[in-house]
Amino acid sequence: MARYFTEEHEWIDVEGDSATVGITDYAQEQLGDIVFVELPDIGAQVAKGKDAAVVESVKAASDVYSPITGEVTEANDALEDDPELVNSSPEEDGWFFKLTIADKSELEGLMDEAAYKSFCDSL
Amino acid sequence: MRYLPLTDSDRGDMLATIGVSDIDDLFVDVPAEARLSGPIEGLPTHASEMAVEKHMRRLSKKNLAAADAAFFCGAGAYRHHVPATVDHIIQRGEFLTAYTPYQPEIAQGTLQMLFEFQSQVAKLYGCAVANASMYDGSTACWEAVAMAGRVTKKKRVVLSGALHPHYAEVVKTMAKFTEDEIAGGLPSMQGSPDDAGLIERIDENTSCVVVQYPDILGRISDLTEIADAAHKKGALLIVVNTEPVALGAIKAPGEMGADIVVGEGQSIGVGLQFGGPYLGLFAVRDPKHVRQMPGRLCGETVDAEGKRGFVLTLSTREQHIRREKATSNICTNSGLCALAFSVHMTLLGEKGLRTLAAENHRLACLAADKLDAIPGVRVLNDAFFNEFTVVLERDARELVRDLAEDDILAGVSLGRLFPHEEALSGGLLVAVTETASEEDIDALCSAISENMA
Amino acid sequence: MNAPNKSGWKPGTPTDATSAMNGPDTVTGNRALMLEEPLIFEIGDSETTGVDFAFASRLDLAGVEQPKQPTAASEHRSRLGGLDRAEKIELPGLSEPETVRHYTRLSRQNYAIDLGLFPLGSCTMKHNPRLNEKVARLPGFADVHPLQPVSTVRGALEVINELAFWLIELTGMHGVAMSPKAGAHGELCGILCIRAALEARGDAREVVLVPESAHGTNPATAAFAGYRVEDIPANADGRVDLEALKARLGPDVAAVMITNPNTCGLFEPDMKAISDAVHEAGGFVYCDGANFNAIVGKVRPGDLGVDAMHINLHKTFSTPHGGGGPGSGPVVLSEALSPFAPLPYTARTDDGTVHLVEEEDAESFAQEHYGTTMQSFGRMTAFHGQMGMFTRALTYILSHGADGLKQVAEDAVLNANYVLRSCEDVLHAPFAKSGPCMHEALFGDKGFGGELTTLDLAKGMIDEGFHPMTMYFPLVVHGAMLIEPTETESKASLDQFIAALRHVSSRAMDGDEGLKSAPYYAPRRRLDETQAARKPVLAWEEPEAPSGTPTQSERGGR
Repeated sequence: MARYFTEEHEWIDVEGDSATVGITDYAQEQLGDIVFVELPDIGAQVAKGKDAAVVESVKAASDVYSPITGEVTEANDALEDDPELVNSSPEEDGWFFKLTIADKSELEGLMDEAAYKSFCDSL
Repeated sequence: MRYLPLTDSDRGDMLATIGVSDIDDLFVDVPAEARLSGPIEGLPTHASEMAVEKHMRRLSKKNLAAADAAFFCGAGAYRHHVPATVDHIIQRGEFLTAYTPYQPEIAQGTLQMLFEFQSQVAKLYGCAVANASMYDGSTACWEAVAMAGRVTKKKRVVLSGALHPHYAEVVKTMAKFTEDEIAGGLPSMQGSPDDAGLIERIDENTSCVVVQYPDILGRISDLTEIADAAHKKGALLIVVNTEPVALGAIKAPGEMGADIVVGEGQSIGVGLQFGGPYLGLFAVRDPKHVRQMPGRLCGETVDAEGKRGFVLTLSTREQHIRREKATSNICTNSGLCALAFSVHMTLLGEKGLRTLAAENHRLACLAADKLDAIPGVRVLNDAFFNEFTVVLERDARELVRDLAEDDILAGVSLGRLFPHEEALSGGLLVAVTETASEEDIDALCSAISENMA
Repeated sequence: MNAPNKSGWKPGTPTDATSAMNGPDTVTGNRALMLEEPLIFEIGDSETTGVDFAFASRLDLAGVEQPKQPTAASEHRSRLGGLDRAEKIELPGLSEPETVRHYTRLSRQNYAIDLGLFPLGSCTMKHNPRLNEKVARLPGFADVHPLQPVSTVRGALEVINELAFWLIELTGMHGVAMSPKAGAHGELCGILCIRAALEARGDAREVVLVPESAHGTNPATAAFAGYRVEDIPANADGRVDLEALKARLGPDVAAVMITNPNTCGLFEPDMKAISDAVHEAGGFVYCDGANFNAIVGKVRPGDLGVDAMHINLHKTFSTPHGGGGPGSGPVVLSEALSPFAPLPYTARTDDGTVHLVEEEDAESFAQEHYGTTMQSFGRMTAFHGQMGMFTRALTYILSHGADGLKQVAEDAVLNANYVLRSCEDVLHAPFAKSGPCMHEALFGDKGFGGELTTLDLAKGMIDEGFHPMTMYFPLVVHGAMLIEPTETESKASLDQFIAALRHVSSRAMDGDEGLKSAPYYAPRRRLDETQAARKPVLAWEEPEAPSGTPTQSERGGR
């Protein structure tokens, strides 16, 4: 299993032909208390770099972009009742959605953990 | 200039502190050619309180106040007695001159009132959640249509022909820009609304069905079948109510399956005011739709010491955060009118509201029977609350104008509401509230019978 | 000497110098005049009413004609069509004294202009004259139905028309749409006029340019009207970058939305050049009139090439904010846009009559008086607009006159600059060097010590007895604080505010952690907005009692 990161602070875990997407610890820290997460419908087609979900804190709403193109296969229903999971466990229990990978080559150009860390340090 | 506390010597001292010599030095960014050198020419200069009051009083005298007439106008704005307490409370400076409660620690008065208001509206409408109000009934109606589009992701809107024509016009105007498809029509001149016809028009692409209750002709019918039909096709039922007092007598729209209930709250606490400011009410039956609602919402929480308090919440839906992705561009509610509504409703309570509603219905029944007995006059409605339609054997619009000469405001003619529709020209909407005396009703009846020729 | 002070009463003498808030707990939770108040649902019940419906048999003993006794309801069958509301509504009622007390207690938990300086930037919280309230309540204005025959509402139409006349003169524009219900509604009206005008000439365009510093309503409005929103870059002085704007203009740009004075409190000196460039490219200029108070009577937007501008009557023209509305947002329009204004409207013809033009006669009126077909884009609201606000605004305008309104703008600008220059040494003022501000002074949070933020400073101002300034707006300045004192503050009041702001600012700069817990002295401490949003409680619900306990409604309330 490989984990990649985007400059918009999403992470993506790739396992075979499917992947899991969430937002990073850095992102949840910047947003503050998460109060609501709007997830894509199962079966929705999402495109690389386009809106796939929305994450809301008390005073801000941010779009979450899909790191790659694919079809949504599962959404994390636990976030509906428990949005604070995104704060407490952003990179594990607080995942957003799973999707099929349409084109593996889209993963090229995403950052690995070390590259993302130095990207955040530069902000 | 009684509203300006600075003296010339203050102004001099302050300019010195700022480090300039003349007030125009503070307007340097305005290009000289755009700056006016003196007061705009040809306009009056400042005037005393007495002089202004005199002028405004003179203008007000050119209107016929409802209290000076036998008064039967309705059609979306109703005259009710507003207790003196209501006007006293809304004139308290702490309510009148406060801003939107963005600093909740020093705005609990407004916030608690809004929470109570939302709860009152939700109960009145038979819904789960109401917002903190909107501009008026007509704009709330459009906002409901827009919300139905967001929820269902469909674009076809079915309007009942018996929806207030101004409301229908607002929806049609706005829909031109959002490219929603609007299916409307005219009211059928029958004793009961054409619910079957409406149901036939609902299809798979329909986002919502909009029905007024009581409708523009004052008719009432059970909406359950329409709700079921809409839900079967995946559409929402939006119910519009323009007379909240009616809901002290007849079933709440939420009880009959309405998904969104909107309406005009003016009847309770606000007063006629020639059409505004009024009070848009907006509620949803299913709490899961809350995040798609437009407008402000007040919610309960606790403060740092654990005491209960209230805040504006779920504001990420709104324009100041969402900007171009907001649910609506609305940014004010109708706060002071909501307060008036809430105070009046608190004074009434369920008991008072039911008594008020019963009195309205009693007088309306009395008036309907007396009017129906006049040759050339026929009451159209099978059922009604405090407003009904009579069909005259002459142009109702002219009749209304003629009777106004004798200080009888006989109602609102359908010709005024649906101009150029010959088939409706004999229709007259008569609203009878507790403010009409039985003498007024007799005066109306004899004036109409004398003028039927 | 007689027995001194038989009753034993003595004026209170302070015995302890510790803080008043550190006294013992009270049973009621009240702290003297700081009174806790339950919800109406907790103190009222369905059986109580504060309204009488009794029908007096003889009210007037002086022998005036008496009303008839009511006809018994039983003589008429119910006509409710079997839809009687059987279920309990559960609306609580209170008696009149309890009602007055409930709302009076609530009112005391509010800050208001009547209590003190209310420096919310871009909101123009000026004094609300009480003459306005008195006039609006004259029966000829307050007790008139919107659909009465026109012959019985001539005075109301004259008020609308007289106010329209003033708004046109004060802005140097051609026409005005009076019906929009609030600023944002007016903004929508202006943009819809622009879209209608473009469509009428067969020139569909796609983009509206909005500066990043704009009010959130601007992009929300443009998006609603079907336009794509793009940012206009700003320069280092906080103004529109004219060259960058010119470079972006083209045949796809429908309109440019500009706030002037802008949301940084600065006048856009290139406004005329901006308008000329936009017109050159075939677009229209929308001006957000939220900040008109800075220039009323001094500068006319029409002279700067503006095509449409809404006017918030509750800002510039002193109608009350009422805890968040009702507002009123007439839109002044250029000659090019006027024909597209919404219905209904009023118009005075040469014979002096003011007409009410509605759907019915819009076409014939346009033919007869303008020689064109009707081009209105439609209707935005039922009835004719915020009449109750028109009477108040007109009363205010007549009180000030042309000379007074000019003085309003001058004093508003003077007061803001006085605050700016009195505080720029203790607070970061990002644009102070570029010259004077208009009617509001902008500061940022640069230099705050510790983890302190603008929010902490604002809450500290609450303890000093002031409503905080606008926070975190405009977005272009970090931790923005926008202060608009308005012209109705005296120098003494400004001096006290400045002293407080300087003090709290120094605390913030010094990293005084005590600010994190402010306010200490308000009716509530900081409220948990996260909990409110995560688990929304938006309506009252009767708390679940242990089984066997009668519910409130079963008990009959109290």
